[in-house]
Amino acid sequence: MSHLLPEAVQSMIPVFIQISYLVAMALFIIGIKRLSSPATARRGNQLAATGMLIGLVVTLFDRQIISFELIIAGLIIGGTIGAVAARTVAMTSMPQMVAIYNGFGGGASALVAWGEFARAGDGVVTWAGQDLTTAGLGILIGSLTFTGSFVAYGKLQGIVSGRPITFPLQNYFNLLITLAILVLIGLFVIDPLNSHLFWLIFGLSLFLGLLTVLPIGGADMPVVISLLNSYSGIAASMAGFVINNNLLIISGALVGAAGLILTNIMCQAMDRTLGNVLFGAFGGGDETQAAEETTDKSLRKTFAEDVAIQCAYAKKVVIVPGYGLAVAQAQHTLKEVADSLEERGVTIKYGIHPVAGRMPGHMNVLLAEADVPYDQLLDMEEINPEFKTTDVVLIIGANDVVNPAAKSNPGSPIYGMPILNVDEAKQTIFFKRSLSPGFSGIDNELFYAETNQMFFGDAKESLQKLARAIKELED
Amino acid sequence: MEDLIFNLFIFVLASFVGFELISKVPPTLHTPLMSGANAISGITLIGAVVVAGSLDAGVARWIGLAAIIFATINVVGGFMVTDRMLEMFKKKGDER
Repeated sequence: MSHLLPEAVQSMIPVFIQISYLVAMALFIIGIKRLSSPATARRGNQLAATGMLIGLVVTLFDRQIISFELIIAGLIIGGTIGAVAARTVAMTSMPQMVAIYNGFGGGASALVAWGEFARAGDGVVTWAGQDLTTAGLGILIGSLTFTGSFVAYGKLQGIVSGRPITFPLQNYFNLLITLAILVLIGLFVIDPLNSHLFWLIFGLSLFLGLLTVLPIGGADMPVVISLLNSYSGIAASMAGFVINNNLLIISGALVGAAGLILTNIMCQAMDRTLGNVLFGAFGGGDETQAAEETTDKSLRKTFAEDVAIQCAYAKKVVIVPGYGLAVAQAQHTLKEVADSLEERGVTIKYGIHPVAGRMPGHMNVLLAEADVPYDQLLDMEEINPEFKTTDVVLIIGANDVVNPAAKSNPGSPIYGMPILNVDEAKQTIFFKRSLSPGFSGIDNELFYAETNQMFFGDAKESLQKLARAIKELED
Repeated sequence: MEDLIFNLFIFVLASFVGFELISKVPPTLHTPLMSGANAISGITLIGAVVVAGSLDAGVARWIGLAAIIFATINVVGGFMVTDRMLEMFKKKGDER
């Protein structure tokens, strides 16, 4: 686009581009900062988007760019797909959606490294060693982010089995492949014209993405997506090294750091180390065995009318929502129940476990969608001291996050995970479809506790019945 | 080599900025944050534009096109979906 301008202006363009990049970078940093408070978060996201727009538009003035057909076509195609997906995706599918976007981002970085390599043609022999190294690393990280994210998507969407898919010596095998790729990158730096090396690096990296995510259980996918999010940032940074663009390097590094911090927070919430998540092949315990064990214990079943009375005459009711609530699309019905209880003077609070839903904060988004004010949503540390003074806890579609085995049974796979101490409340009521174990495949002793009642049925139908029963009380 | 050293400097500094920025986000906002940060990683779009827009190259242009499509899905989808989530957050008694 630059050739359209007078020559005096043309000479200013590189400076203009760099200054605009500086502005874009500042907008990214301020944007992320504003994302840290609910009141300013939306504005923060818009600022970051503005930064992206500025970065894109000024790049079109780069002297290297002489044709625009493909650029415009690509922006239209990608923009349409992205926008349609963003508008139509259900809030419950948000983790999958982030996984897909992330996969595309990582894939794009790998393609940029490849494209830059292809653009140089035989000229790559003039590339410095560090450029070839970062190109190789960009392809490695970008490609494994691409395939890894799609496996994560498949697991969350139920296309790929959520259970860990393992084979003997898997971790060693993966380590071997990783080392092999690094050695190949080394050889590639020495002999960049050998296209076999290039394709081997590409192919093995794609394969590595599959291998590293397949052995991880479905319940751990959020951690994986968060880590892959960090990777896609690093991949973008590597692409920045290859084309020597500081905006890419900086933004990529910001996202890389963000992803790592978030990944760490998620692991802490489950009291596990990242290594354990990645290599532990956790979850998917033997369901049949769990079912057999349960047959000789007694349950207390309850019904809508009974739950309605208990709640309506309680002082304080705490609601513990889980992913099952979201699957049943019952957030709005839940809000209706909460409203009618509040009208009767009952204090309503929501206890949100850090890993409720499928990602930290996912449940908050789902409840916000149903107009639940965010000051009623309490984090685990805030709600746990309150259970002692709580009359009724309604546990809807959650299981593992309230399972006392995490505190009492060292043999349990979730032992050590911080949980919501609902067993301290006077009464707990589980809303469940059946006795099936949770996402991680573990039975829950709390079902059989004396202070617990089971309200079987689809979460949404049960809540609808409960809403009607509470209304009938008022007559 | 000087380029590399300079680039490494900004890479490391930006990483520290990222750590500091993100350690202060409340759990409520982790999902939107992940999604918003993810959209920013679509910045690789700029690299894709450079690759696709340079006329002198044959295959590279088409690789660039694919990169643009991928990156734009990431950017546009990421920011829009984050906005959709954040739009729903409101305080008790807030009216829109």
